Amino acid sequence: MKQVFAIAQIVLKESYRRKDFYVLFILTVLLGVILGSLNFFNEQGIVRYLKEFSLLLIWLAALVMSLATSARQIPTEKESRTIFPLLAKPISRHQFFLGKFFGCWFSISMALFVFYLVFLLLTLRKDEPANLPLYFQAYVLHLGFLAVVIGLCLAGSVIFAAPSSNITILLVVILGITFLGPHLAKIAVKMAEPTQSILLAIYFVIPHFEFFDIRDLVVHSHPAVPWWAFGCALIYAMAYSAFFLVIGCLVFRHQTLQK
Amino acid sequence: MSTPVLKVDNLRVEYRSKDSRESKIAVRNLSLSVSAGEVFGFLGPNGAGKTSTMNVLLGFVPPTSGAAFLFGVDTREVIARQRIGYLPELTYYYKFLTTEELLRFYARIFRIDSNLIEQRIDTVIKLVGLDHARKKQIKTYSKGMQQRAGLAQALINNPDLLILDEPTSGLDPVGRMKVREIIESLKKEGKTVFFSSHELGEVETVCDRVAILNQGELKVEGKVSDLTKQYGMNLEHIFLKIVGYNPQPSPL
Repeated sequence: MKQVFAIAQIVLKESYRRKDFYVLFILTVLLGVILGSLNFFNEQGIVRYLKEFSLLLIWLAALVMSLATSARQIPTEKESRTIFPLLAKPISRHQFFLGKFFGCWFSISMALFVFYLVFLLLTLRKDEPANLPLYFQAYVLHLGFLAVVIGLCLAGSVIFAAPSSNITILLVVILGITFLGPHLAKIAVKMAEPTQSILLAIYFVIPHFEFFDIRDLVVHSHPAVPWWAFGCALIYAMAYSAFFLVIGCLVFRHQTLQK
Repeated sequence: MSTPVLKVDNLRVEYRSKDSRESKIAVRNLSLSVSAGEVFGFLGPNGAGKTSTMNVLLGFVPPTSGAAFLFGVDTREVIARQRIGYLPELTYYYKFLTTEELLRFYARIFRIDSNLIEQRIDTVIKLVGLDHARKKQIKTYSKGMQQRAGLAQALINNPDLLILDEPTSGLDPVGRMKVREIIESLKKEGKTVFFSSHELGEVETVCDRVAILNQGELKVEGKVSDLTKQYGMNLEHIFLKIVGYNPQPSPL
């Protein structure tokens, strides 16, 4: 694991030394702060609307940052050829792949932590009660969702050489899963065979991102999710991340690297 | 008899292009052996199969048939790379890092004891003459300095075998001399050096033995002194003769 974390550390270092990483980050925080500072007649409904919009902004920014960070990791290593002196050392390809995963995930976790901290401060400024256990659950479940996205994106990056095509395809897939995934079963029962079986199979195979999304609970100040359900969602995220990592590792392991 | 440091056994490397069913043979039945303490020159014109052989030695490409071994371990095993240092032809490093950070990173990859890492970094940075620039990002370095940073990373684990891919390519005469001095000092320490180069004068000066490849096949292998005696010419002329180069008379 020492080697895996050494690679993860390099990804982290690269993330904070790259200027483009900050652009989206600063923009999102700035937009959140501006939105949060607006006050419309102390109307409670508007405060909830602002919370909802801020959380949506955080979700979108974190998704774009995760995709942009993880999609370029392996293609850039190949293109700049930094992969050669590294893999000429006693490190296996799966350790390299895992290092990239943890590096992306750690850097996104840090960015997401700042996002949620700003969001919490904005909520407190609006005299809204902040349910800290729920905020913690929202943050950790969001990280679970991003772990699946990063795993999927890294696996995609060893298949699609160009990061732009990987990002575009995954954005469509993730948005499709997010908006259609939860309704597939309902659509399936209205269909004839074999479409019904195919849709049901897809429903059970795809990761259900709605398990990680408790934004509504945060917006409407609900109590925290039962801890057993929270734990199950995390295990679900780990299982899907591991699945995508294994697929990525298997493909990458058999790839020929030519200088 | 001791195990050779590097052994290539009947190696064949073929590449299948994506758009055609035909495969291109890069290396044909190559067999080589390099013993401990030798400086071995691996020569050949462009496309001769040197890089493909090195790709197999470093585990980037699996052999189509045959095998390659480092310290008796098949190069497909990760552990085969524990005692080697590799310097690529060009400076393929994380340029957002400083040399010190790059070396610390590679030292962790080699699982060097954390108490020894800083001491080892100091030693190699001083050896390659980058002490004054150790805290500067590699992207601010000149080509020669980047190559020296590359040499430092190749030496961080105090390797028993160094694989150098055209180590002096693109360097000025001072840079070349510095690299040559380092190779000679490593030779004195009893390290094995396996390197490819187009600088035949340099190879003749530094190497104990050479192998010349052409079109994927091993044409000649032997001690530099024996070859020059046998052919009655210097290494550059032997090389040109083997690759079939016929000098044309000048039209002027």
